[in-house]
Amino acid sequence: MGLDIRWPIGIMFTLISVLLIIEGIFTGPSDKALGMNVDLWWGIVLLVFGVGMLLGAARGGKKESDGGK
Amino acid sequence: MQPIHLAWVDYAILLAYTAFVIGIGWALRRYLKTSSDYLTSGRSIPAWVTGLAFMAANLGALELVGMAANGAQYGIATAHFYWVGAIPAMIFLAVFMMPFYYGSKARSVPEYLNMRFDYRTRCVNSISFAVMTVFASGISMDCLARLLALLLPWQFDWNIVGHHFGSYDVYLYICSGVVLVYVLKGGLTSAIYTEVLQFFMIVLGFAPVVWLGFKDVGGWDALKGKLAEVAQNPAALSLNDKSFAPDAWSSAWKPILAGSAHNPMGVNVFAMVFGLGFVLSFGYWCTNFLVVQRAMAAKDMSAARRTPLIATVPKMLFPVLVILPGMLAVALASMPSKLYRLPPMAISDTAFVQAMADLKGATPATADAAFDKISKDVGLKMNKTKLAAIIKANSVHSIADSELKIELQDAVSDNYYNGVILSLIHRYCPSGLLGLALTALLASFMSGMAGNVTAFNTIWTYDLYQAYIAPKKSDRHYFVVGQATTVVGIVLSIFCAYFASHYSNAMNIIQLVFGFVNAPLFATFLLGMFWARATSTGAFLGLVGGTLTSALFHALTLASGDVPGIKGGYLAVVQTFPSEMAQNFWLASFAFSVCFILTLVISLATQRTKSDAELKGLVYSLTPKLKDDEQHFLLRPAVLGTILLIACVILNIIFW
Repeated sequence: MGLDIRWPIGIMFTLISVLLIIEGIFTGPSDKALGMNVDLWWGIVLLVFGVGMLLGAARGGKKESDGGK
Repeated sequence: MQPIHLAWVDYAILLAYTAFVIGIGWALRRYLKTSSDYLTSGRSIPAWVTGLAFMAANLGALELVGMAANGAQYGIATAHFYWVGAIPAMIFLAVFMMPFYYGSKARSVPEYLNMRFDYRTRCVNSISFAVMTVFASGISMDCLARLLALLLPWQFDWNIVGHHFGSYDVYLYICSGVVLVYVLKGGLTSAIYTEVLQFFMIVLGFAPVVWLGFKDVGGWDALKGKLAEVAQNPAALSLNDKSFAPDAWSSAWKPILAGSAHNPMGVNVFAMVFGLGFVLSFGYWCTNFLVVQRAMAAKDMSAARRTPLIATVPKMLFPVLVILPGMLAVALASMPSKLYRLPPMAISDTAFVQAMADLKGATPATADAAFDKISKDVGLKMNKTKLAAIIKANSVHSIADSELKIELQDAVSDNYYNGVILSLIHRYCPSGLLGLALTALLASFMSGMAGNVTAFNTIWTYDLYQAYIAPKKSDRHYFVVGQATTVVGIVLSIFCAYFASHYSNAMNIIQLVFGFVNAPLFATFLLGMFWARATSTGAFLGLVGGTLTSALFHALTLASGDVPGIKGGYLAVVQTFPSEMAQNFWLASFAFSVCFILTLVISLATQRTKSDAELKGLVYSLTPKLKDDEQHFLLRPAVLGTILLIACVILNIIFW
């Protein structure tokens, strides 16, 4: 429908992952999360997810323009 | 519920989500040219998107919060809603019904009914559905506004033009405003895209919470062990007055096969499989336009058929995300070292006043009398030992009011199951993750409103407005009407939200009505799609008859422990059921059967109004079989469906 949904998903989760990673670095491991620095770790997971989405969207756009030729 | 402290990062995440959701709506507006684009996405969306949206549309407030609540109250048997109910229904929809919905080019479910039968059945379906969506939307918004008023530190107390606006009101209007903006601009596509976004938010927001809870309990075997202890004495956690076998919370089938007295749900295998598995689930997943609309938005027939199938994969795994937390909560509550308890029902502000007065006036000598009085003031079950301890401590050393209030609230033993998921989020999430999990929760409430408004929009514009009020206008006219209806839909939802917030029974009433309407509906569709001889009069009278049967059944039966009234039995109590779920499942079974039989008999007694040629593409026997041979073997709907069904059966066996 014109806008590949992977773009907004990718950008948003990359943004959120950066926020989580920053928070994780500043606050360190948390007692609530059973002593783990869950913000940092989960932030990294989300970063991988977000970037993965963006790569998917970029490749999807390229395939369309190649196919159009 | 203790106030949750939010940090900058939590607000940042919430803001980011809101901005993206509005941004998506804004970005989509230039692709929307026709009313079809706006209301039905112009049938152009890829299968993986519609598949996730199909599932996510159903993931509203009630589902997320309610499944954890059920997981706590009933254990893993709750998974039957998914593994016995939803999955087979979704596969059936994909393989057998989508060809008719999509192939008939109907733009909505009622429009299909119009093509297959006539305007009468269409009218009944569109009106009942339109009313239901508006209420469902209102309930989502009510939950959202209340949650925000509880969580966010900004309290409001305005007086504008003589009207009072409190926190609840302000948050309700702000959220409605956000939804209005992105649905107004982007239409159905906006709603679908945000539903997919919401899906990922929920998975990524809840997964860490579930994982932490699981680790805290000590793994699956530890969980089973704790649940076994609880099952033998559920009263200790105020879960249930009876006692069950050790596997009642961790085994999905055995306690049900043992009979209705042996499982906390109080159902037997027939009620479960036929009532829930067949009637209610197929009735919902196969005919509810909210979800079917997402499949109809797919870019071609094969994508449309794959949509529900794609949705079954996350659906099969979702019990881990939404039901397991409830079970973990129960296990944690039974481990004293964890310092966790299931959230108690909240004492209302008015009840607090009287209860506090009585509490302060009590002494250890009058503790028993005080217990009775306070229990009556509050209207909930209280914990006698805890209350006695408070009275004793207060008599030794006068406790401050604020502290006394907290202790009094904690002495309530009735559980507020809907608060379980929030209590776990509060327990495990540090700032950052907290923002993510809360935003996920809020996202699902918001998209509950958006999804229902878009469904309402399409039904109103095409099935009521275009069909009966102003047919044969230009497409541009309907596009504008569609947009106007978005505004109207949201305004109506706001009214419904207020209705729900004022009548604590509102949610019960509405779910009741849903049940009345959904149960017989599947019979109508089943006969319509697979029996060419079904006539329009038969369908109409069958549907009306089935719905009236629901109402009558409800008026004449009651669940044990309930009082006649909103829960049923207000005409007479002809039958008592061990639980409300059992009553629901039997009601559904009866309504379905009556509708089926009535439709059958009346159809045979009346003339067909449509010829075979007119019904081509609408009935199984009169439609050329779809050729799936060009597709890769594994991608064919029938094959994929079978594989998924087998996977579902395996899941059932594992948790047997």
